[in-house]
Amino acid sequence: MLHIINKSPFDTNALDSCLRMAQPGQAVLLIEDAVYAATQGSALTERMRQAAAKVSLFVLQPDLDARGMGTKVQDGITPVDYAGFVDLVEKYPTSQSWL
Amino acid sequence: MSEQATTAASGPKVKKFMFVNRKAPYGTIYALESLEVVLITATFDQDVSLVFMDDGVYQLVKGQQTKGIGIKNFSPSYRALEGYDIEKLYVDRASLDQRGLSEADLLVPVEVLDDQQMGELMAQQDVVLSF
Amino acid sequence: MKFGILVNEGPYTHQASDSAYQFVVAALAKGHTIQRVFFYHDGVNNATRLTEPPQDDRHIVNRWSALAAEHKLDLVVCVAAALRRGIKDEVLAPGFRISGLGQLVDSGIKADRLVTFGD
Repeated sequence: MLHIINKSPFDTNALDSCLRMAQPGQAVLLIEDAVYAATQGSALTERMRQAAAKVSLFVLQPDLDARGMGTKVQDGITPVDYAGFVDLVEKYPTSQSWL
Repeated sequence: MSEQATTAASGPKVKKFMFVNRKAPYGTIYALESLEVVLITATFDQDVSLVFMDDGVYQLVKGQQTKGIGIKNFSPSYRALEGYDIEKLYVDRASLDQRGLSEADLLVPVEVLDDQQMGELMAQQDVVLSF
Repeated sequence: MKFGILVNEGPYTHQASDSAYQFVVAALAKGHTIQRVFFYHDGVNNATRLTEPPQDDRHIVNRWSALAAEHKLDLVVCVAAALRRGIKDEVLAPGFRISGLGQLVDSGIKADRLVTFGD
């Protein structure tokens, strides 16, 4: 399963709910305003570090760049572009968008 | 990895469709319009599950009286699902607890799942729709 | 691979339609097929030819129409959601058609992957 999150973790609990349900070996992709969850030095950094032990974490680079956060990605979260986004959807049989 | 979609005897593919409801009713239209998709999916003979989580659990609360807000009360539709062979309704325990709700507060029979069970159920699906 | 796409929000107010568009462009560039793009909820507002956004920014509706023309995409607007929001045949932009929710379920069944973009 590829979990796709698009809302800021400081705005809604989508990321939280997703991480509760995500199973080992699955992947989580942060897009749109959710990319803020991938930045270093925030209140979420530790939570994301722990999540990285269970699931593969990805963040959409164009959305980070748009928000001026392009150089602030936390270790353990892999930036991808839209082509990489497509590859992730192809790789995981099902995707779930946490709206 | 989700299971492979099965093929009914000599008919079209049957996939596991899950509808995830995480939003409260009336404040936005997602609860109502997602129910409309569920009803249509029933006519396609697919394997349908409904999940209610976070504020989505509020969609199932008994005693909704909408006259005062001038919006149609669509909660009876949840009771009609059974007539469409949609009986797999799952509710997230943590979401109920956080909102001070119990199964007794809900207008239809549901199965209450914990995080692990819910996560495993989601992992089995072929198609997951969120609104 | 065949992708189905669901767009749940209208143009500009949310990034959903933009994200979906960029995803579709990338998927096509990789040689994938887009089985259908289905517009639901306020997503039906992506289909009106009446929008006049400022000229110095993207024209979301026209962008979809152009992509549909170039790649013969099936852009479908849900009839029930459309009627609720006043989107009818007479205002449809090129490349879009109005049809039932069954087309979304059909995508779920026929496409290899269904990706949702929303709020």
